[in-house]
Amino acid sequence: MPVATAVNKLVWRHRAPRRQLALWVSWFALVSLFVFCWRVMTKDTMWSFVWDAPRQAADISDRMFPPALRYFPELLAPLWDTINIATLGTLIAIVIAVPVAFLAARNTTPSPRMVRPLALLTIVASRSINSLIWGLLLVTIVGPGVFAGVIAIALRSIGFIAKLLYEAIEEIDASQVDAITATGASRLQVLDYGVVPQVLPAFAGISVFRWDINIRESTVLGLVGAGGLGLKLQASLNTLAWSQVTTILLVIFATVAVSEWISARVRHAVI
Amino acid sequence: MLRIENLHKRYRTGDEALKGVSFTVPSGQILGLIGPSGSGKSTLIRCVNRLVEPSAGRIFLDDLELTALSHSELRKARRHIGMIFQEFALVERLTVMENVLSGRLGYVPFWRSFSRRYPAVDIDKAFALLERVGVLDQADKRADALSGGQRQRVGIARALEQDPELLLIDEPTASLDPKTSRQIMRLIREVCAERNLPAIINIHDVVLAQTFVDRIVGLRAGEVVFDGAPAALSPQVLTRIYGEEDWTELQRRYDDETEDESGAGDRKAADARIERRAGLA
Amino acid sequence: MPESNAARASPEIGPNAITARIWRRPPLIHNRTLRWACGAGAFMYLTLALASLHINWRRVYDGIERGWRLIQGFLVPDFLSRWGDIAVGMQESLTMTVTSTLVGVLISVPIGIGAARNIAPLPIYFLCRGIIAVSRSLQEIIVAIFFVAMFGFGPFAGFLTLSFGTIGFLSKLLAEDIEDIDESQAEAIRATGAGWWQLVNYGIQPQVMPRLLGLSCYRLDINFRESAVIGIVGAGGIGATLNTAIDRYEFNSAGAILILIIAIVMMSEYFSGYARKWVQ
Repeated sequence: MPVATAVNKLVWRHRAPRRQLALWVSWFALVSLFVFCWRVMTKDTMWSFVWDAPRQAADISDRMFPPALRYFPELLAPLWDTINIATLGTLIAIVIAVPVAFLAARNTTPSPRMVRPLALLTIVASRSINSLIWGLLLVTIVGPGVFAGVIAIALRSIGFIAKLLYEAIEEIDASQVDAITATGASRLQVLDYGVVPQVLPAFAGISVFRWDINIRESTVLGLVGAGGLGLKLQASLNTLAWSQVTTILLVIFATVAVSEWISARVRHAVI
Repeated sequence: MLRIENLHKRYRTGDEALKGVSFTVPSGQILGLIGPSGSGKSTLIRCVNRLVEPSAGRIFLDDLELTALSHSELRKARRHIGMIFQEFALVERLTVMENVLSGRLGYVPFWRSFSRRYPAVDIDKAFALLERVGVLDQADKRADALSGGQRQRVGIARALEQDPELLLIDEPTASLDPKTSRQIMRLIREVCAERNLPAIINIHDVVLAQTFVDRIVGLRAGEVVFDGAPAALSPQVLTRIYGEEDWTELQRRYDDETEDESGAGDRKAADARIERRAGLA
Repeated sequence: MPESNAARASPEIGPNAITARIWRRPPLIHNRTLRWACGAGAFMYLTLALASLHINWRRVYDGIERGWRLIQGFLVPDFLSRWGDIAVGMQESLTMTVTSTLVGVLISVPIGIGAARNIAPLPIYFLCRGIIAVSRSLQEIIVAIFFVAMFGFGPFAGFLTLSFGTIGFLSKLLAEDIEDIDESQAEAIRATGAGWWQLVNYGIQPQVMPRLLGLSCYRLDINFRESAVIGIVGAGGIGATLNTAIDRYEFNSAGAILILIIAIVMMSEYFSGYARKWVQ
């Protein structure tokens, strides 16, 4: 207790001594951890390169500007590909994520011991693996191109959408569900009338949010061969054509800005 | 007719919410359930349609033993039991019509309810009910756009849409102002009389209960401590139910209320009197 | 006034006539033309998009065999043959994650405070918001490419990349949180004559601290997942090992690495929930 008695007089400290000690120990542990990790991490770092960085940065900036604007028309087809990768991938993910979310939510899962853990495992597996890694795997399986990108985005998005959706499902107002159950409705009818109307706004928001993130991620999927603007980026980097890189980055920037605007508007409108 | 025999409910935490409750509700009778918080009123009501599972005891609706039904049989039985909730429990994002029609969910297959293609009979009934409870002009509005009193009326319409044989009503007026409370209680009494429906109303406003119900059951700590006519609620009985308190104010209000209700015809004048009194109180 | 769904089908023809009324489900979009336009637009887009997907079914068919091997590699993971590379990769990823999150949080706090409209002076507000915008608009892997070009290969570039990403993420959320606080609490502190720093320490910090800790744990998780990817472009971490394993079709090793990644993410989720309760 921060309030204590010492020699018949009430004394106040910011924190009880035990808690203060625990806090100091945690800080110390955190700092030690940082120092340890830093040393391990920078074991093989070539510090000469690090000090050289500003010069490198100046050199690259020099080559990046002015941007190669005549390169722009070549980017339109890959841009269309990128948008498709994001959109189709999100749509496929939604179709799979919705049932998974219902199976994972405590209040709608048919079997809390067997089905729910499986659904949760699917969600973690999907979330843990970045879309770029999914892209790597899929390019190996189905070959390079847009198709690999679509599946990669879909696989990553399932975990994201299902996690947020099942959290929304668990937070619904139970009395509305009780009322529908009390009329003698079947499980599916209870879902249709009692659960779905309550999570619909959240669902719309989550889907558009993920679509926006997917646009960002789709722009770089081409770095591993999965189609879209990333392919052009990879090609330009390989040939050290920095001014082309600038053009590509500008296109990416503009696309992301537009998709963010759309996403914000839709999420604002759906309440 | 509803018959409850020796109903017990013990929660996992060890709380015994109901300890051997028994009584019978004949058709057409409106029974008011009163008692302090935690006396088991809500639990009792929810045990009847098994939203809460009883630990022991039996409940009969006419000849059907509700407590012995399997899950699918229970679903069918619930169709005949209408429930009205304290916080209205309407599906807020659906329209009023959809909420009323959801009373038929137990009767229609999933694809019909999903596509909203209800039989014409059900739709006509819904319109008639909305007119009866007085919210027909709100039919296409979203439920959360309505006032508290309007929402409760929709809740009543939803329960009646089921063609029920019994009404379970859980604190219908707890979230409403005094005038609306009386209007809702009056509406409930009228529709029960029209359809000869038995009803159990869980209510915390004792005077309201006395004014509008035919019979009162008092619960205390999960046991029935009073079962009789509203007029028989003497201060001694009230003490037995709620504990020691000054009941003279309650008695005075009861006298006023019954005078208003039985007063020849003019409901508006009665409500106006109540409003004024509430404003002065 | 939207057209009512409850339309009368036939007028009353007598005192006891039954009026048959039609009711249909209220549509999502009330404006009829808009509804049709959206539907047509969506249909057109889908057709065009799907048509542009040149799926080489032959290749997919051949790929199924490889996919099956991948799944087998996942089910029978091989941790041992490439253990040296995996250990180094994991070590780089984990150390990068820890250092970048700590440094990132440290730098995010002042920038987040500076980006909060209600306590920061205007020029600082614009500066900090600018930093946040730049950090958020660049995809991490692109930042990684640049840092590798500037600082050379290895985890140091990765550390900088992740710190940069952390700053954009945390500062924005922190700034939003500060802007959302209960103003009356801050007002009360101001009324005592407290200085700006005291205001932050007494009026702001208690309100935003819990959320900041929660967000830091979340960012730790994100940084680990990112660290597993930026290795592909040379910024250190397990991503490079994974890339090599897949390139060499060593699916058992690849499966092992993936399992490790998933396991670490699961553990961190579990522990962060635990840690959050302990801090409460």
